[in-house]
Amino acid sequence: MSPAGEPLLEVRDLVKHFPSGSGLLFNRHADGIKAVDGVELTVAAGETLGLVGESGSGKSTLCRAVLQLVEPTSGSVRFEGRELVGLRPRQLRPLRRQMQMIFQDPQASLNPRRRVGQIVGGPIRLHGLASGAELRRRVDELLDRVGLSPEHYDRFPHEFSGGQRQRIGIARAIALKPKLIVADEPVSALDVSIQAQIVNLLDDLQDEFGLSYLFVAHDIGVVRHIADRIAVMNEGRIVEQGTADQVCERPVDPYTKKLLAAVPVPDPRESRARREGAGQ
Amino acid sequence: MIPRDPLLEVRDLAVSFNTEEGSVQAVDGVGLELRAGEVLAVVGESGSGKSVTAMTLMGLTRGPNAAISGAATFEGTELIGADDEELRRIRGNRMAMIFQDPMSSLDPVYRVADQIVEQIQAHRDVGSAEARERAIELLDAVGIPAAAKRADSYPHEFSGGMRQRAMIAMALSLEPSLLIADEPTTALDVTVQAQIIELLRGLNRDRDLSILLITHDIGVVAEIADRVAVMYAGRIVEYGTLDEIFYDPQHPYTWGLLGSLTRIDRPRPRRLPQIPGMPPSLLAPPQGCHFRPRCAHAFDRCLEVPALESRLADTPSHFDRCWLEPARKRELREVGDQGALEEPR
Repeated sequence: MSPAGEPLLEVRDLVKHFPSGSGLLFNRHADGIKAVDGVELTVAAGETLGLVGESGSGKSTLCRAVLQLVEPTSGSVRFEGRELVGLRPRQLRPLRRQMQMIFQDPQASLNPRRRVGQIVGGPIRLHGLASGAELRRRVDELLDRVGLSPEHYDRFPHEFSGGQRQRIGIARAIALKPKLIVADEPVSALDVSIQAQIVNLLDDLQDEFGLSYLFVAHDIGVVRHIADRIAVMNEGRIVEQGTADQVCERPVDPYTKKLLAAVPVPDPRESRARREGAGQ
Repeated sequence: MIPRDPLLEVRDLAVSFNTEEGSVQAVDGVGLELRAGEVLAVVGESGSGKSVTAMTLMGLTRGPNAAISGAATFEGTELIGADDEELRRIRGNRMAMIFQDPMSSLDPVYRVADQIVEQIQAHRDVGSAEARERAIELLDAVGIPAAAKRADSYPHEFSGGMRQRAMIAMALSLEPSLLIADEPTTALDVTVQAQIIELLRGLNRDRDLSILLITHDIGVVAEIADRVAVMYAGRIVEYGTLDEIFYDPQHPYTWGLLGSLTRIDRPRPRRLPQIPGMPPSLLAPPQGCHFRPRCAHAFDRCLEVPALESRLADTPSHFDRCWLEPARKRELREVGDQGALEEPR
């Protein structure tokens, strides 16, 4: 955490309800669905906040509400002290350069008809920061930085493996030198050996560019590795927040304890000992 | 544990598929032995051939573009050459399969109990009332609360975990001796995953159900397997008991797999150990050991394919496909601090 000064991102009492209408299927939630229900969190400059929770806990909606990709029902999202909630699209646009997102499924988030160079260079071109040979040079640099090569410039996303596609998504996300990256399950769809590569890449980029991450994952092991602090989300609320060591080693909230107890222990003897301890 | 006869014995299984781009050798000489009452885990990443192996045993990879060779004997019946009629008698009946996505097995337009009843009546000469009673028993046994009432639900009325349970109930309906579970917990939340693992462990223990578990998750393996086969690019690269694989791994790929695990109960290492590069294309796999291009310890001899054999005098049931001397491997593991977990006190 940054020792002093205001956090890069400050979320206060953020609420996002989805109206349910009176549909037959959704009448269980007559008041609408409270996907995000009063969330408070901060991310300091250069810090990684890990957000864990199970499906339906509201993690992804929270990410989108933070980036104003969905409009929050109420609450406040401050970025470098500036309130984002209620800004008009035109006012948001310059701020979007500072906040980028990486998705779980790079296949779905990369336009299949565009070449890698166009995808990665798109944000630079759109913001009018470079064109022509300069644009090409910057894209080549980005590709190199994420472990791809300039020869990949003219290829299409489907020609790449899952791990390489995630590298393309990362290159695009860092193209505008943002301060904050919201990563929604960025390694969940990848094989373990590739997961480690991507996690290490994100670590390196953070050191190099002083990035802050809001890193969402259901895999607590990965979050423990990458995060400075962890927030645990359940049913739209943050039930526990603390340093990664605190949350993983001395959890307080019953839901956090349940979540941690369910994670498989990748060590047979420990796993057996735990089962015997539980009387099974 | 007293060793029993193998329930399933796979020898030199090879499966290749003809594609527009050429022939893909998905499974390349796989041998397995599952003893009755055991849980054998086949662990590997995408494209390792683990699922193709499982599906081939069930006869699900047959087709004009597939070339299958080798042998697989299950309860004395040869599966690879079996005709469709013979396979149908075994499949669902003596061996059943569950998948990552329960909706691949459950029909969305039929009530859950009716689907189990249909399956029972297709193989057994029992009346509807008796079959229904049996279906409810099964749903209860797999932990569906108020099974008698929930039995008439449609699959969409169940949560993901409940669907997984319903699929398991259906798989168990004819009391098979072998359950093939292909990534049964991959799509589930971690708390539900723990429940399904517990359920499978209970079925293995209480009903003597043998399980062939296909998974990419070595954490799940540690929780349930007796024996482990590690697959990489179509081949088994290491095969041994759970403890042999975790505490004395012999293949550098296994080291990498164990090394890239994250732990929730340990402070973070500075860097996550990673395996460089990517798995090879099976259209044109590398010569010799398939892991060679990614292996930090490869040498000349690795251009020859190492046999899957026992290279350790003290653990003859532990097999691997690596040319390095065992003593050298122990050295490398210590120096590189990779793989092998420390023996707990």
